[in-house]
Amino acid sequence: MAKAATAPAGAFFANWRQNIIYIGFVVIFVIFAVTLNDKGFLNPNNLLNIVRQTAMIAVMAVAMTFVLSAGEIDLSVGAVAGLATVTVAMAISVAGPLGGVLAGLATGLAVGMFNGWLTTKIGIPSFLTTLAMMGIAKGVAMWISGTAAVPILSPGYSWVFGGGSVGPIPVLLFWIALVAGIGHIALRRSGFGRRVLATGGGETAARYSGIDTASIKFRVLVLSSCAAALAGMLYAGRLQSGRFQLGEGDELSVIAAAVLGGTSLFGGKGTVIGTIVGAMMIGLINNGLILMGLEFSQQLIARGGIIILAVALSQKTR
Amino acid sequence: MTAPAPVAVRMTGISKSFGGIRALDNVDFEVLAGEVHALLGGNGAGKSTILKVLNGVHVPEEGEIVVGGNPLAAHTPEAARAAGIAMNFQEMSLIPTLTVAQNIFLTREARDARGMIDDADSVRRAQAIFDMLQVDVDPHALVGDLGAGQKQLTEIAKAISQEARVLILDEPSTALSVSDVERLFVFLRRLKEQGVAIIYVSHRMDEIARISDRATILRNGKHVITAPLAELPIDVMIEHIVGKKSKGLADVARGDATRGEVLLELSDVTGPHKPEQVSFALHRGEVLGLAGLLGSGRSALARVIAGIEPAISGEIAIKGQKVVVRRPADAIAHGIALVPEARATQGIIPAHSVADNMVMSVIGRISPWGMVDRPRVRAIADEMIQRLQVKTASRDHAVSTLSGGNQQKVVIGKWLVTAPEILILDEPTAGIDIGSKAEIIRLVRELAQSGKGVIVISSELSELLTACDRILVMADGRAHQMLDRAELDDPEETDPEHALQAAERRLQIEIQEALSIKEANHG
Repeated sequence: MAKAATAPAGAFFANWRQNIIYIGFVVIFVIFAVTLNDKGFLNPNNLLNIVRQTAMIAVMAVAMTFVLSAGEIDLSVGAVAGLATVTVAMAISVAGPLGGVLAGLATGLAVGMFNGWLTTKIGIPSFLTTLAMMGIAKGVAMWISGTAAVPILSPGYSWVFGGGSVGPIPVLLFWIALVAGIGHIALRRSGFGRRVLATGGGETAARYSGIDTASIKFRVLVLSSCAAALAGMLYAGRLQSGRFQLGEGDELSVIAAAVLGGTSLFGGKGTVIGTIVGAMMIGLINNGLILMGLEFSQQLIARGGIIILAVALSQKTR
Repeated sequence: MTAPAPVAVRMTGISKSFGGIRALDNVDFEVLAGEVHALLGGNGAGKSTILKVLNGVHVPEEGEIVVGGNPLAAHTPEAARAAGIAMNFQEMSLIPTLTVAQNIFLTREARDARGMIDDADSVRRAQAIFDMLQVDVDPHALVGDLGAGQKQLTEIAKAISQEARVLILDEPSTALSVSDVERLFVFLRRLKEQGVAIIYVSHRMDEIARISDRATILRNGKHVITAPLAELPIDVMIEHIVGKKSKGLADVARGDATRGEVLLELSDVTGPHKPEQVSFALHRGEVLGLAGLLGSGRSALARVIAGIEPAISGEIAIKGQKVVVRRPADAIAHGIALVPEARATQGIIPAHSVADNMVMSVIGRISPWGMVDRPRVRAIADEMIQRLQVKTASRDHAVSTLSGGNQQKVVIGKWLVTAPEILILDEPTAGIDIGSKAEIIRLVRELAQSGKGVIVISSELSELLTACDRILVMADGRAHQMLDRAELDDPEETDPEHALQAAERRLQIEIQEALSIKEANHG
């Protein structure tokens, strides 16, 4: 477990590799602030835009932190978010906003339980389970929507789920804070979080210690799909429609955010605060590269390079 | 052997230390071509170290190795292999998804004219080896589908295919059935006729007596004796193996156990693989030892009691109440704790802190409303660190930063936190220094005196004899005999160190007898 949040300043810099994400975030922010000042990088609107664009990634990445910490992976989050935008939009048109919310949660629960069941009871590795689910979820979303966008005509729903703001502060920031707060406490302070870390850190030792590791894995996969569904609800609210393309490819950003933040791909080590900073860093890079006027192709290359550099620096060996 | 056979391996004056502990001290070891040479010694005698030196895994500090008349050029596995030394591996170096023939010639496959791998040629050559040895293994079979015996034969065929002149077999019979052992022996005799030198390591004296020509006995890293087997009856071998050791253990007072009520009672308990129909009772205040060789079912029995491999038949009762133990959590709820044999994988999470490891089994108990009570975690960790004298920089340091002995204390501490009434320790002193060993044995005695029931599994007999009030001898998954510790003592002997050695010899003989009864039953 990263002790970054509680360690004194001296230890913070002594463990600079562990804390590279925080240092890197500040360094990149300062570079962009200096070089892109004339292009409006520091404009509050631009900064809030970064928050708006990263909220969904951040929400999914918090749950992904639990999945990775338990030694599993979930590749279906992007597709599940897309599916949820469609089910939510369709449910709102017949049953109103509350029906939409329920439909979204039901989508997450159903997919998550199916993923968890296949992984823990049938014994298919979560990498394969969720890779297959990625295709299934996208296919279902395309099928039930007829590949067309489903409009959402409920201003109330759109305000709460992503579109609104309180004064200058976007509602999405509250969602990030809520999910991050619950996630942080659950991982660091709850019995569940301890069991998740133990399961990923040493499954045999955890099992010998009386921890039901299969149940823990089941629960983190359900958690991840539900977070993906919530992200889908936010996409739907922000864009006032459900479309199967929403969230496409997000799984890579989500996993990158968690790993950048110091969560181990091999389990046993994870930090929600790091993940949130990791997600923000990805948003920051995207925003900065756009302001620099890079073409999309160039953005992809630069983003990949920066992520590789950050993860390489955080590796302990060598 | 009439004419003096050429010397296949001559090791002279080999010394090797690990962190100040002398594992080998000026050891001479000589093996002739065409003989089966048994290498004997207790745990920590230096057997595996000298084999690893011969194999090029360890570099000796002093000494010389001559193989087939030529000094070994370098101490590397490659040089050893080039000199014709091959060793079977306990953990099987075979790849289960490849066939027998593909495994035997892995990385040395024959190529056809186009440079492609010629599997048919591998099959032919593998078949030739099995034919030569007159054993029946199908070269086309997938290794994953083979039984343990056939795997072992494949492993050995792989060694032979490399034109090995010296074959090292480390406990080759552990996984084998009686008939497979027979086949292995036929195989070894044939190899011997072809002039291969075979070094055979086993804890089973009866096997040694049947297959070997000569034996070398090591004790505490020193060479004790090399002699033809005819001059070494089993009791003499045991005497040389036991010798005058067990320093540091003899001074642990056993004290009188006040045996209380029956805490744990097993009736005809059978596990998924082992054990078979084991029955015994464990009383409050006593330490019960489980003795037996590798594969005798001691650890399997421990796993059954702890709910890791639940029993498939038989009854487990705790304080007279029949209980069902289906999961580790059930066992913990019934006050059973298991300190498992594989510390690094089953006992601890090395990358996590001492405190996190200590509370792993009680997370539910210390998390009111689902939130971990952190002051309580700190208090528990500090108390256990204090009580067991764990040497750690802090409770927040990763367990991987601790020494082996202190890691083991963390595992024991973790289980004491659950306040168990029944504590099972599986090889609690494996791989830890003698000081920590005595400490752990003392702790075991104290726990029993405080009213717990303790079961200890150990391959070090002196340890069992020091710690236990009663000893159950196991072989082939079955309980063979329950011995009272006092029965093993010679009333005439007053010197505690001699008494311990005498008791150790008797226990050795019991263990070997249990094995021969098993063979008689099968045979």
